[in-house]
Order: sequence, then structure tokens, then C-alpha cells
Amino acid sequence: MDFEPKILGIACNWCTYTGADLAGTTRLQYPQNVRVVRVMCSSRINPSFIFRALQLGADGVLVGGCHPGDCHYNTGNLYARRRLATTKKILEFAGIEPGRFRVEWISASEGNRFAEVVEEFTTQVKNLGPQTKLKIQE
Amino acid sequence: MSRIGVFVCHCGLNIAKTVRVSELAEFAATLPDVVVARDYKFMCSTPGQEMIQRDIKEYKLDRVIVTACSPLMHEKTFRKVIENAGLNQYLLTIVNIREQLSWVTHDIEEGTAKAKALLNGAVYRARLLAPLTSRVIDVNPDVLVVGGGIAGIQAALELANTGTKVYLVEKNSTIGGHMAQFDKTFPTLDCSACILTPKMDAVLQHKNIQMLTYSEVTEVKGYVGNFDITIKQKARYVDHNKCNACLACTEKCPGKGVSEWDEGLVKRKAIYIPFPQAVPQKPVIDRESCTYFIKGKCKLCQKVCEQKAIDFEQQETFSTVKVGAVIVATGYDLMDTKPLVQYGYGQYPGVYHSLEVERLFNSAGPTGGKVTLRDGKEPQSIALLHCIGSRDKNYCEHCSRVCCMYSLKFAHLFKEKTSADVYQFYIDMRAAGKGYEEFYNRLIEEDVKFIRGKGARVTDSEEEPGRLIVEAEDTLTSKFLRVPVDMVVLCPAIVPRADSKDLARLFNLSTDKQGFFMERHPKLAPLATMTEGVFIAGVCQSPKDIPDTVAQAYGAAAEALTIVVKDKMELDATTAMVNPASCCGCQNCVRVCPYSAPSFNVDKRVSEINEALCKGCGLCASVCPTSAIIARHFTNEQVLAEMEGLMEF
Repeated sequence: MDFEPKILGIACNWCTYTGADLAGTTRLQYPQNVRVVRVMCSSRINPSFIFRALQLGADGVLVGGCHPGDCHYNTGNLYARRRLATTKKILEFAGIEPGRFRVEWISASEGNRFAEVVEEFTTQVKNLGPQTKLKIQE
Repeated sequence: MSRIGVFVCHCGLNIAKTVRVSELAEFAATLPDVVVARDYKFMCSTPGQEMIQRDIKEYKLDRVIVTACSPLMHEKTFRKVIENAGLNQYLLTIVNIREQLSWVTHDIEEGTAKAKALLNGAVYRARLLAPLTSRVIDVNPDVLVVGGGIAGIQAALELANTGTKVYLVEKNSTIGGHMAQFDKTFPTLDCSACILTPKMDAVLQHKNIQMLTYSEVTEVKGYVGNFDITIKQKARYVDHNKCNACLACTEKCPGKGVSEWDEGLVKRKAIYIPFPQAVPQKPVIDRESCTYFIKGKCKLCQKVCEQKAIDFEQQETFSTVKVGAVIVATGYDLMDTKPLVQYGYGQYPGVYHSLEVERLFNSAGPTGGKVTLRDGKEPQSIALLHCIGSRDKNYCEHCSRVCCMYSLKFAHLFKEKTSADVYQFYIDMRAAGKGYEEFYNRLIEEDVKFIRGKGARVTDSEEEPGRLIVEAEDTLTSKFLRVPVDMVVLCPAIVPRADSKDLARLFNLSTDKQGFFMERHPKLAPLATMTEGVFIAGVCQSPKDIPDTVAQAYGAAAEALTIVVKDKMELDATTAMVNPASCCGCQNCVRVCPYSAPSFNVDKRVSEINEALCKGCGLCASVCPTSAIIARHFTNEQVLAEMEGLMEF
């Protein structure tokens, strides 16, 4: 059987989560490997969430927020952008392939963008195979 | 130990088609702390709601999970449901298996498997939820309306008539908007000014409306119920309190500026009112064209002004108004057609855009209502080119909705005012609206030539210098046409205002691909936005005609009223709080918060959060090095537990 990765998605309520809803309303089809946790703002995301997801066995983590400058909370995603850029570096240091972590700015009107990103990212993570570096083995 | 009830909705076949709902409910029953799990056809229906309420009582549930559509759809509905059954509304969890699952897959295996993982995550999260108390705040009873076109005017009047105090902000020196530029309106051909100017005057006279023309919103603070809006009053150089509108100044002024109102077809004075029925009837000075501001001397207007109202030293001023709700009705621009060089706008004097033509027809316009070309001659043949930039993947994908109809109106007026042949180059005629198809049929009778083919190019005629050639393919006969005309009217795409991005940022509005403001829900919340307390009306949301715009204005007024009629309102309780025992006093939270909600208590050496200012983004919680800040309803524990549940299956 083909490897089906488990991907954790974290989406902000106002842009990416709404955009993901729009993808549904317009009946776009995309792979179902991403499981989305809703937070109010991408700035809520603590780097420990990303690490914990990988420990829990996520093969990839996808974060979505509003476009920089369009944050519902004015500047939240600007902080998120910096923090997540640093997180990516730490992940690399920990031996996690950069391709397993992606941050995307997807607005509430970009349902098609959401579907595209999920499609691309799923394929990418699939090609990387299972993530075992940080996964806590039973 | 909590007692969780899980309610799986079929949503007819919307969910049941790609998720095995009864299997999902059976699975739910096996999860920790779940004491009852059911599936039902429509959970949001009255029987569905009653079922949840019955189970809350019968099984003494202390958590409810509804596995259905997006929380953005029905979270509020189900919060009410459980609250009415005596459960705190924040003990509800929604699992989105419709928008983000059943609608985006065809595979029932995949759908059911993912639904189980999502539900498992929700159970893990639900166990850690805590009851929260909504904040109750005072509501300011006043409303701000941004934009003084027909949408803003109508909304302001409706609200004012209920006794609500309204601030109407307009960036031009007069209210009226595009509708005031038109001569006639389709399909009834009633005179635009005749139906609009009484409303403009009513705004001026209304004791509950404070009109702020030549003004712009520059800053928005606060939140629903309590907005603090800073408004810039641009310098008019005329003291409107002293001016008695004699307009002697405008007669004497030697300055010449381009008339924006007449779409640049003629010049206007440097001190001017845009058009005779402008409201307010008081002039402003345009710095760019004023002889005094350019050369340092002139002041003729000051000499003739008996009221001593001219004030060259006037500066822009800023004021703040407090309101409970906001209506944004800022209208549209026409797309600039100059970059579409194939149509020759700006190159050939015979090529016009539709707003210029509106002014040509208007008796208060540059030609006094006569249809003449720039050289003063009457055109003998006229081509109307639909869909310039609209319905065009290279520019704007959307249909601008009103062009077919105003083109028909133009054709009728051309026939009435000239003896010209009139050609319509269209892709499809779209005449959906009351009386529209009838108007179209009437125009067919009026000997207007309809050619089904988009105008492809406008060139000058080699055979007859001065004339233009419109090239198009007639798609009904598959023939390539070259039609010689004297005048070409382009119907450009309707696009958002050039500064709409700035406004979107000020009010935190989302915009669609084209830049129009996004409604909260395309069908069921067309006037609300993602910002609580801010509503939209008219073309700033998407292209629409006057009847639809007016209807939206009434609707937006009603929406705003639902907020400001109440003295108090509930705000979401999902704010952040500081646990003083673990706060290290680093003040990271104070530095990052966009709303200045956290402050540092110097005596206690800890941060404190002002709940009234907190909007619940959770930024402070994730920068807190000691996890002393708890983002209610999105605590670290809750988020991590949900992740754990999601990854387990």
C-alpha cells in the first residue's frame, strides 16, 4: 500500500480556515491527509506545537495565516512569520527535512489556493516518507 | 471525568454521502468519556436541537460535540442550544466534517477515516474545556457611515429616521457619489438627479445626521459597540460656517483645474462646487489649480467674499467620533482602460468611457446634455463596446453586471438625442432584473444594431480620416466585421476603489480576488463582515445596480441597528489572562499586543490584561516564556490535546 502521510494543519480562524471552508463550498477536491486545528490567529502558534506534532507522529506540519499586512489582529502574523521562520531553522537543526514544514498565507477568498497548497504539500511529504526522527516510539 | 455527548449530523446527503455517519457515531461511543453518541439527518433542525437538549438533561452531559458543518456556520446556533439546556456555551465543540471533509472528497473510506480522527481530536479537546463567562459591555448608540453615495445616503437616512445619530463621512466635497453623475437610470429612464437630490437634501437637513464631507477615516480603534474613529477633515480653505453659498468666488476665480466630476471632459475653477445641486452647496479650493497657491498672489475670491469665509491658512484637522457600529459603502472606480491599448482610449479623441458619456447626456454636464464629440460635431454612428476588462481572464474575471443595461440606456439616449446609427458589441446580453428584459426588447424595436461579438480592436480609418473602425467577430454569422464609427463608448470593468485596500486594513475587512470587500457569508450574511460591528453595502462588496444597492443599504442599516439599539452586549469570553504566580515580568506580552491590552503592574512586578481591550488572538500566550498567560478556549493544553487526538488515528 502507498504511504499515506499524516499531516497536522494549523489554520487561523479569519483567513486560512475560512479559505479552507470556501474550498469546500466550491467543492474543490484535494487529498485528506491534512487534519486542521483552528486557532484564532497564526500568532497563537507556539513553536512547541510544531515539535509536539512531530513527536506525536505527524509526517508534516502545515501552518496557514492571513497575508502579511492583512492580519485580523493587525500585526499578529508578522510575529508568527518571524517565529515560524526560526522554528524552521531549529527543525532543520534537529534533522527534520525542510520539506516537512510549510507556512502559507492563504486569505479567506483563496479556497483554490488552499486546495493547491494541500495537494502540493501532501505529495511532497509523501515523497519524503514517514517522519521518524522526532516521533516518540511506543 | 467528563460526560460527553457526540451528535453526528448527516446534513441530508451533504455529509452522509462521503462519511458513514452511523459508523462514526458508533465509533464515538467507544471514545473516552463519551456517554452518548447519535447521528441524525439535520442536527440544526428543531428536532435535532431538541434531541441534544434532551440528552444533556437525561445523560447529565457536561460537554457537547456537534460533528457537522463549519463552526463559522453554526457554532453560534449550537452554543445557544446548549446554553438553553443549562450548559455553559463554551463547553461546545464543533467538528467540521462538511466544508473541510465531505465536500472536498469523493471517497467514503477516506472521508470516514478522517472524520474519526477529527472527532477523536475534538473529544480530547472537549475534556479540557472550561466554562467561561461572556463579557458584557456598554454599547455606543451612534453609527458611522463611510461613503456618501446612494448606499451611504440611504443607510444614513434609514438609521437617522429611527432616532440614531449618524456620522456620514464622504471624501469628496459633495455627497451623491456616482449616481449624481448619471443623467437617466435604467430601465425606467427616470432622471437620476430627480430621485437622488431630494435624498441628498434630506441628509443635509436631518437633525440626526452629521455630514462630514471632504473627510476621510484615518484610524479605527476599539471594537463592536465601542469604536473610536479618527476622521481627517481636509483643508477646504473656505470656512463653511461663514460661507453663505453666494458663489461669487467661483465666478471671479481665474484658476483652472480639471473637473473630476465631469470626468476630465472640461475645466472647472480652482474654487468650485462640483455640480449645481452639490450638497453642501459650499465651495472648496483645490490647491493644485489655485493661482494663489501656485504663484503666491491672486486672492480674488477673498476680495469678493462678503462673508470673509476664505481662509488660505486653513489646515487639515482631525477629530474622533465614538460609534457602536460602522457601515462601509465606498462604491467603485471604473477600470483604467488606457493600458488596453487595442481600444485606443486616450489615443483617439472619439473613444470615451461610460462615465464620460453619462456626463455628456447630463444637462448639468460639460455639453449641457448635447451629445457632441470633442471637436463639437454630432456623431453619425456610435459603437458601444461591452465587457472591456470584465469577463476577461487577462484583467477582471467578474461580470460588472450593469454594463449591458446602461449600454441599452445609452443606446436609447443616443437615439433620442442624435440621428446616429448605434451598434452594440456584446458577448452575452445580461438583462436579469425587474423590467430589464422588457427594456432590452424595447431597444431591439428602436433599431439599435446588436452584434454578438466582443469589440476586439479600435483603429483609425485610413479611408475616412477622423473616423474610427471597430473590429469584431460576429459570432452568430462567424464573420469578421470592420464597422466605421465616429464615436466609441467603452464599458470598462467596475473595480474596487483605488484606496479600498487601505480601508480594508483600517476596518480589518477581507477582500476577494478582485479587491471587493468580503461578506461574512455569501448567501446568509451578505452585509456583515468578519469584523464584528462593521457592515458593507453597495458596490464596494461587488458590482450591482441601484435597486440592489439601495436594498443592501436598508439591510445594512437594520444590521447596524441590531447592535446599537441595545444598551449592552455580550462579547466573546475567549480572552487571555495572566497567572501572576508564574509571570516573570519580562513584559513580552506588553510589547507585542496590537491592542495594548497587557500592562505591567510595577508594584506587583507582573503583567495584567485588560479584558475589555483583549481581542483573543493569543499572541501574548505564545510569546510568554513561562506560560503564565492563558489564552482562554485555546490554551496550550487544549490545543495540544486536540493535536494528540488528531494524530492518534
